Amino acid sequence: MTTTPNILRVTVQRGTAAALRQETFDVPAYENQTVLDVVTWIQQMADPTLSYRFACRVGMCGSCAMMVNGVPRWTCRTHVKKVAADGELDIGPLRNLPVIKDLVADMDPFFDKWVAAEARHHPSAERDDDFDPVTAQDPARAEADLGIECINCGICYAACDTVAGNPDYLGPAALQRAWTLLNDSRDADRDGILAAVSGKGGCHNCHSMGSCAQYCPNDLNPMRAIAGLKRETVRAAWGGKRDA
Amino acid sequence: MLDLRLYMAQRLSALVMVPFVLGHIAVMIYAIQGGLSTAEILGRTQGSLLWFLFYGTFVIAVSVHAAIGLRVIAHEWGGLRGRVLDGLMWGIGACLFYVGILAVFAVALP
Repeated sequence: MTTTPNILRVTVQRGTAAALRQETFDVPAYENQTVLDVVTWIQQMADPTLSYRFACRVGMCGSCAMMVNGVPRWTCRTHVKKVAADGELDIGPLRNLPVIKDLVADMDPFFDKWVAAEARHHPSAERDDDFDPVTAQDPARAEADLGIECINCGICYAACDTVAGNPDYLGPAALQRAWTLLNDSRDADRDGILAAVSGKGGCHNCHSMGSCAQYCPNDLNPMRAIAGLKRETVRAAWGGKRDA
Repeated sequence: MLDLRLYMAQRLSALVMVPFVLGHIAVMIYAIQGGLSTAEILGRTQGSLLWFLFYGTFVIAVSVHAAIGLRVIAHEWGGLRGRVLDGLMWGIGACLFYVGILAVFAVALP
């Protein structure tokens, strides 16, 4: 039988990109404790200058994602018991993104790529038009539904080795949103989306390594969405739309 | 870095290569069964349009496929971009094609 150690040894990445350093804190261990609880304890009890992000604490807002023992995780829903290695935690800002300070990563490149992928709604109806009937049984809708629970946490982006090697790559989250919109009957710019995901940093760069699906805290499968985009772009190209 | 056009070229060249790879291996295994000599093999391939087209198309597909694949590695692992990356891709493709087509000439020309 293993016993819970009374003290956690927590190493935290500190500082800005120009001067990164590791600092270690001893944090009281409890039976029920999330990684976010640990970070909050450090900020409140040990070093108030520690910067980190969180908001909802219940896995809805997607703002508390960090690297925990080398793996991207939503810290508010990650129990220390499940991830601590011999009572030790190594916490850092999300991978593949610039560091602002301490555990705060700059999310700008992540969201810029959502826009670059045309992963935004393109209205198809005016104010006076009727609602578009959305039925869960429709195959396209069912495909879109698989991806719409994304909370924009950036974990898939941090987990993706293709993003790490190819900074232009749009990444799993943006491409998955593009895929949900492509399958949404209310979206009016199918050709625009296909063109946006077919460029230099587009869906064709994905090596299908599957880290996005492996680490998505909501059990989504961006790799499946990207495979769908590859299929649809090729189909459009055969159909004569060379730029699609 | 890898747009739709390059993606299609790489996937299509892979598709073309599948039967060629299988055919190439099958012929190699078949040809050595009875202890065929080099001269006997060349006697059958030289002057054969079929073998010229077989290995000629194979070489084109390999040149396209390998050049694009190495382009991806050079970008993701070597950090090459822009014209250097394009130059490398075309250079690798041209080298593979040149070396391959010389071999095809040697084997299939009368």
